[in-house]
Amino acid sequence: MFAALILLPLAGAIVTWLIPYDRLRPKVLSLFALGHLGIVIHVLTFTPPESPGGWFHLDALGKIVLLSTSLLFLFCAVYSIGYLFYRRERSNRVLCIGLLICLAAASLVTITHHLGLMWVALETTTISMAPLIYFNRNARSIEATWKYLLICSVGVALALIGLYFLAYATIVAKVEPSLLLDDLMRDAGQLSSGWVHAAFVFLLVGFGSKMGLAPLHTWKPDAYGEAPGLVGAMLAGGLVNLAFLALLRVYQLCLATKEIAFFQNALVVMGLISMLFAAIFMARQADFKRMLAYSSVEHVGIMAVALGIGGKAIFGALFHILANGLTKGVLFLSSGNIHRSYNSKSTVQVRGALRRLPWSGGLFLAGFIAITGSPPFAPFISEFTIVSSAFMQGRMLVGALFLLSLAIIFIGMALTVLPMVMGDVPEDSEKTSYRDSLLTVGPPLVLLLMVFLLGVWIPQPLMDLLREGAALLEVPQ
Amino acid sequence: MITFADQLLVLVLLINFISLGTSRLMFSIRAVAAQGVILGVLPGLIHPFSWHLVGITAGIIAIKGLIIPLLLNRAVRSAEIKREVEPYLGYVPTLLLGALFTALSFGFASKLPLLAEHQNYMFVPASIATLMAGFLILTTRRKAISQVIGYLVLENGIFIFGLLLADAMPLMVEAGALLDLLVGTFVMGIVINHISREFSSLDTSRLTSLKEE
Repeated sequence: MFAALILLPLAGAIVTWLIPYDRLRPKVLSLFALGHLGIVIHVLTFTPPESPGGWFHLDALGKIVLLSTSLLFLFCAVYSIGYLFYRRERSNRVLCIGLLICLAAASLVTITHHLGLMWVALETTTISMAPLIYFNRNARSIEATWKYLLICSVGVALALIGLYFLAYATIVAKVEPSLLLDDLMRDAGQLSSGWVHAAFVFLLVGFGSKMGLAPLHTWKPDAYGEAPGLVGAMLAGGLVNLAFLALLRVYQLCLATKEIAFFQNALVVMGLISMLFAAIFMARQADFKRMLAYSSVEHVGIMAVALGIGGKAIFGALFHILANGLTKGVLFLSSGNIHRSYNSKSTVQVRGALRRLPWSGGLFLAGFIAITGSPPFAPFISEFTIVSSAFMQGRMLVGALFLLSLAIIFIGMALTVLPMVMGDVPEDSEKTSYRDSLLTVGPPLVLLLMVFLLGVWIPQPLMDLLREGAALLEVPQ
Repeated sequence: MITFADQLLVLVLLINFISLGTSRLMFSIRAVAAQGVILGVLPGLIHPFSWHLVGITAGIIAIKGLIIPLLLNRAVRSAEIKREVEPYLGYVPTLLLGALFTALSFGFASKLPLLAEHQNYMFVPASIATLMAGFLILTTRRKAISQVIGYLVLENGIFIFGLLLADAMPLMVEAGALLDLLVGTFVMGIVINHISREFSSLDTSRLTSLKEE
């Protein structure tokens, strides 16, 4: 079953490569996405046994990320049928191939317990997304692609040296040299602390830059701003979670080596810096896609802080993987529609979206309400869990800074979003052929419904999964 | 054999300085290719013979020594540029910084808790020094090609450290990492082509339209 998760999208990549028709390709993409989600649900219900040697092992943490990635991917794929119809001026072959290769690599990240293999897969996701950011083929998108490629590649290379340090620690400790998570955790007590410490620093910086934690986030606004909406959704709702999963693996190791306090403090500091950075740059953002990128910086910050606080907040962080991923889907897909309709990303030109595009405008507004942590949507549950856990553990300063940034971000985002959707469409606004249709509005609408449902009711199997995941990350007393 | 490996590592360090000090892109690419070939030979000198080793050696020499330099050469030729002009930091200061970092990495490595059998060899300091040289090139140069060269030197530095851990790294992972490097460089080469077409120069300092006001 593990092989199917990876081979199916790869087969899809080959099929989309062979198809000569631009109209047909997104439909095939959706079929493969549906098949992938089917397999994911199958492996979630009947967990396959650990592979011999322990290389492949789907645990609760991997399951959560796998589920959220596959779900989001399906909606992006269906959306692409409608969206790419408006982008007929250029071939979508590279886009479809890149998305499917990325899905295959993403599945590999979630199912492997071999840190070296996880690294290879993570780097593959980085590279496979680069041509997609360049979809618009203009000067701005090439600048974004260059920054993304260089910063993420260097970042992930630093994570590799972190992994090498870990492997060297096993050699110094004269235990069996290995990069398998389970072996490392078993031998954690004997590893030389100097090397392990250095490894954690490099891994945090490496995966942190891939995830876009401030101050390593500089590529993010550019890449998210220039990429097409559905690529932005996959970056902000999918790739971010994969990097977070890598950090969770490091966290598990830290727990085993008893070096956790140091790693937790670093996470809290980086997380809070990310949130404050986002708060500063979110206000008066002249480009609504860049605003969404800063929102992504904020939310990786939230997840990092939650991981750093520990306790109940871990549950919040794991739930936030799903909540943030799906809500980012709503926001990026609906913003893609608005962008198509106005042919502009400038918040000066985009006004009165509710009047021009009642559905997309409404979805964008609802997505904004959800992502800023207002009830009754899912991000409210996760953020509330995290804040209350901070206060319950007596981390007053962390809790206060967390709430302060959330408040500033709410105001800053509202100042940008509300004028965009309210009011009248400017007279001189460009007329385009884009109209809301079932295929471009349906996927974000269903995503929003799911975000709403998760906010009022978490199904029991998901609840068990989240609890099981949180148990893996509990700090032993 | 180990002393011979050490001599090769000295050569790697010298190549770092060549890349740091030259403005000619073609020369720099050739230097990095030579570095790649040396890295390909090194595993054979410090590990006993195995087919795994043969595969790795062939893979490294082919990818780092041949294919990647060819890709970069093509990018340079199609962009019709020969030299790095006006780096953010001049060549003499970068060379001095490079020397400083190399000295520091020797000091740093002697403080690390190394295995007794690695204590007297240069792998760890050479690795850190090469990593830092890569960083220096990456941050001080303007041209996109020079930045890729910096990235490759940085990767080489990481790779030298990896030589100490052949047992912990399965073939599949090493091959995967190499393949990622290859595809990554390939994509970078394409992007470089488009940069030169779009901006009629390879100057990344012209990539400034995406800035916060």
